[in-house]
Amino acid sequence: MVFARLYTSPMAHGRVTGIDTSALDGMEGIVGILTADDIPAMESPNAAILTNLPVYIGDPILAVAAEDEKTAEDAIARIKVHIEPLPFTVDPLDSLVEGGPNAREEGNVFARSSEGSGFRTIKWSAQQLADFRAGKEPTGEWAHEWSYGDLEKGFADAKVVFEEPFVTIGYAHMSMEPRTAMAYWENGTCYVYGSAQSQSFWIPGLARLLGVEQKDVVLISENTGGGFGSKIGAYPIAGLPGWFSKKIGRPVQLRITREQEYYIGSARVGFQGWIKMGFAANGKITAADVFIIEDIGPNATGGDGSSAGGAISLVYDPSAMRFRGVPVLTNTTPRGAQRGPGQNQIAAVMAPLMDKAARQLDIDRLEIRRINAVNNDTTVYENQEPVTSAYMKEALDKGAEMFGWTAKSRRPKKDGTKVIGLGIGQGYHSAGATGFDGLLRITPDGRIHLHSGVGNLGTYSYAVTTRAAAEVLKCDWDDCVIEHGNTEANLPWSSYQAGSVSIFTHTRANYVAALDAVEKMKQIAAESLGGATSDYDIDGKQVFNKRNPRQGMSYGAVAARAIQLGGSYSGAVYPDDIHEVTKRAVQNLAGSGLIGVAKDNLEQKGVIPGLACAFVEIELDLETGKYEILDYVGIAECGTVVHPQGVAAQMKGGAVWGMGMAGLERHVYDPQNGLPANVGYHQCGIPTYLDTPLHIRTGAVDLPDPQNPFGARGIGEPAMGCSVAAMMSAISDALDGHVFGRTPISRDMIINYVAGREQSFKPLQTNNF
Amino acid sequence: MNPILSRRRFIKAVIASGAAAATHSGISSAVAGGQETAGEKGAVERLMSLTINGRTRRVDILPQETLAFTLRYKLGLTGTKIGCNRGECGACTVLIDDIPNYSCSTLTHSVRERSVLTVEGLQGEDGSLHPVQQAFIDELAPQCGFCTPGQLMAAVGLLKDNPHPSREEARQAMSGNLCRCGAPMAWCLRGSTRVLWRMGA
Repeated sequence: MVFARLYTSPMAHGRVTGIDTSALDGMEGIVGILTADDIPAMESPNAAILTNLPVYIGDPILAVAAEDEKTAEDAIARIKVHIEPLPFTVDPLDSLVEGGPNAREEGNVFARSSEGSGFRTIKWSAQQLADFRAGKEPTGEWAHEWSYGDLEKGFADAKVVFEEPFVTIGYAHMSMEPRTAMAYWENGTCYVYGSAQSQSFWIPGLARLLGVEQKDVVLISENTGGGFGSKIGAYPIAGLPGWFSKKIGRPVQLRITREQEYYIGSARVGFQGWIKMGFAANGKITAADVFIIEDIGPNATGGDGSSAGGAISLVYDPSAMRFRGVPVLTNTTPRGAQRGPGQNQIAAVMAPLMDKAARQLDIDRLEIRRINAVNNDTTVYENQEPVTSAYMKEALDKGAEMFGWTAKSRRPKKDGTKVIGLGIGQGYHSAGATGFDGLLRITPDGRIHLHSGVGNLGTYSYAVTTRAAAEVLKCDWDDCVIEHGNTEANLPWSSYQAGSVSIFTHTRANYVAALDAVEKMKQIAAESLGGATSDYDIDGKQVFNKRNPRQGMSYGAVAARAIQLGGSYSGAVYPDDIHEVTKRAVQNLAGSGLIGVAKDNLEQKGVIPGLACAFVEIELDLETGKYEILDYVGIAECGTVVHPQGVAAQMKGGAVWGMGMAGLERHVYDPQNGLPANVGYHQCGIPTYLDTPLHIRTGAVDLPDPQNPFGARGIGEPAMGCSVAAMMSAISDALDGHVFGRTPISRDMIINYVAGREQSFKPLQTNNF
Repeated sequence: MNPILSRRRFIKAVIASGAAAATHSGISSAVAGGQETAGEKGAVERLMSLTINGRTRRVDILPQETLAFTLRYKLGLTGTKIGCNRGECGACTVLIDDIPNYSCSTLTHSVRERSVLTVEGLQGEDGSLHPVQQAFIDELAPQCGFCTPGQLMAAVGLLKDNPHPSREEARQAMSGNLCRCGAPMAWCLRGSTRVLWRMGA
């Protein structure tokens, strides 16, 4: 194996005009150089594996392979790359104003839509931008819009109407495991060892990246050290070792450093926006009008804005609402989906506004959330779709009781320079998908092989979701073998494992595969022992005749008979509607046992809401701007709790993420040179033990979702949204309801506010320390 | 929209970012300039004896080689993770003479006379898990697990130094170990300190 190292762009935007590798001549240990010219170009604005047109600092330009990593590094240091600088921008508003630079030569906006996506150039006048910064309704052009209800009437019916500008900084994912990858070729197949958030779902993308058919790529990813949305599908750099290995004919490992992980590991989409809310006298939201400028980085990864609008419609159920948005390109680290992309940014924005309305209407802050809480009858999004089920009111009540909201609300707030702040937050993300495949195999030794195409982020998704099949088969869990982590293990087509979908989606897929296996077992028993299929049932070890339980066959015997019978029993024949990936898996498994395989065609109607709420108590020091989190209660509303420890772990991890977003995590670029200021952990400000409370209490509503056979839906993303919202609410409460309209709220912002000083940044500015 | 270039602003930006210097910082170099000397004449490997997990291991070491590099890539002890390679995250924490250290920021040459304990050395001779490892499992403390070996070593190091830590002492002692998943932030701590207390008792 040889080791590759990357040369990444030192410029925010430029054109490579020459690469001088003459200093490497005669250097021992160099095996090869890979440049963008060796790899098919990627259509703009998609991220390339290597590029001659870098669009952010850190964009990979070339790679060197050597016998050892040190030699490769030395070679990188000696190579001279000539880059012609191009205009760049690190703040969407700087690009949006007339005369401002465009992040890409094709334009400054990339709008994605089902009718066609494309570059655009959108510019606002200086006055329009100044008015926007001043908190007025934006009057410049936008790219996306949707609405429902009568907005004008909604505001006319309101007793309280207010407008607020807001900023949420899009910070880096910074997964602990950098996206190191290794690849080699064997008999025309490329074997890729990578850091993947999903497993089967990677295959089509990886095949595209490598320019091969899906059958000619294998992904091995048994454990992944964090993804948070940044490793959903096959990202470009995962294709580099394959291309390099093809070129030099040796296995290639590309290890990614922390700084490079910052560059290519993506970041959350940032928001600069304006919102207008109307509330009736009873606290019901009559109208919401939101305008969001999205920082979509250089590769136009977004959709967060519209998702944020969707989250407002679901969590707060305004009678009428409108969303407008402009996705603006910047020369900053590429953006990607990050834990609650859109939903969690807007959760942070909304919580203090709900508090503001409650104060103006003299309604309890808990009560105004109960009044607007999403429930089974709520209709959501632009098309006002139904929800599968929703129990936000129940979650709020449970959380309030655990937290002691009423008692805590009555306590004195101030003690010297220390002020108590209480906050409530609500989180949401759609939490399920359908149409993926389940696959299992019973072998003549009686073992149940549960094939899972889901990835492994340590949350035991592969085990929790295949357990569904074991439940249907009524078998002993110890008799089950979970096949996962390597696509050569014949894994079914599985979801992207983002958007909190895993448990809803893959318990359904495993459920239908198990139903298929049970039906086949009964058919085989009837064929072998006589009688009708309906005469038979299963008990976990045996298929038996219900009228004569002693008449039966063991699972192993049924499997042996399935092999003899062939056809659909042994996998020689399979359903037409399963995915190409699953078909190949079944073809490989055919004849080795009884095959249960099916696509999830179970009925599914409406939005599947993963919901959570949180209550937090902080003690804020008015002299230092520092606050301690004294108490935190998070309540999950994720249908039936399937794995109590797993739900609690998600709620606690989400809580920590929310605390990071609310007050700590930065994403700063120097506007003069386009340099990132936080390529490491310390600079990013991710939460540590010293920033988080020793106790995080969690609970769950635990009422089943009717559209999952086990009642379950996901919780990973709402777990964070409720936390950042509660934190923003608590900080606002400690400061007599002041709305910063910004994440993160840094200590100096608090001190400046308390001292009555201006903040150190201009309104809606990003890249502030 | 770029402000007029000024030297002061440029220097400020470079200092703030750390990016210019860090972009190509290496996997194995602990010291600045290491990559320039490595591979050059004079950067010779030297055979050394190290005491790792109670065993003597003989290994060729480069002058600027870090302990994390030696453990993972020369001794095959890949339980020690490299999360940042710049002394920020703690995933590479090992015990050197019972004191938690970042192995990414420790030169292998400096541990010649010392005893190194890695996560592979935690289990008992009969293969049973260390009580702190068991506590992490019982509490479902890790999520992705990448930081776990470092968290375990920090917790064991704390226990060796202070068998009866208060929660605040435990919080401080483990504050050099980051967890991006967030869950162990609150939870490992509780689980492991409970075990620490149990063992202390």
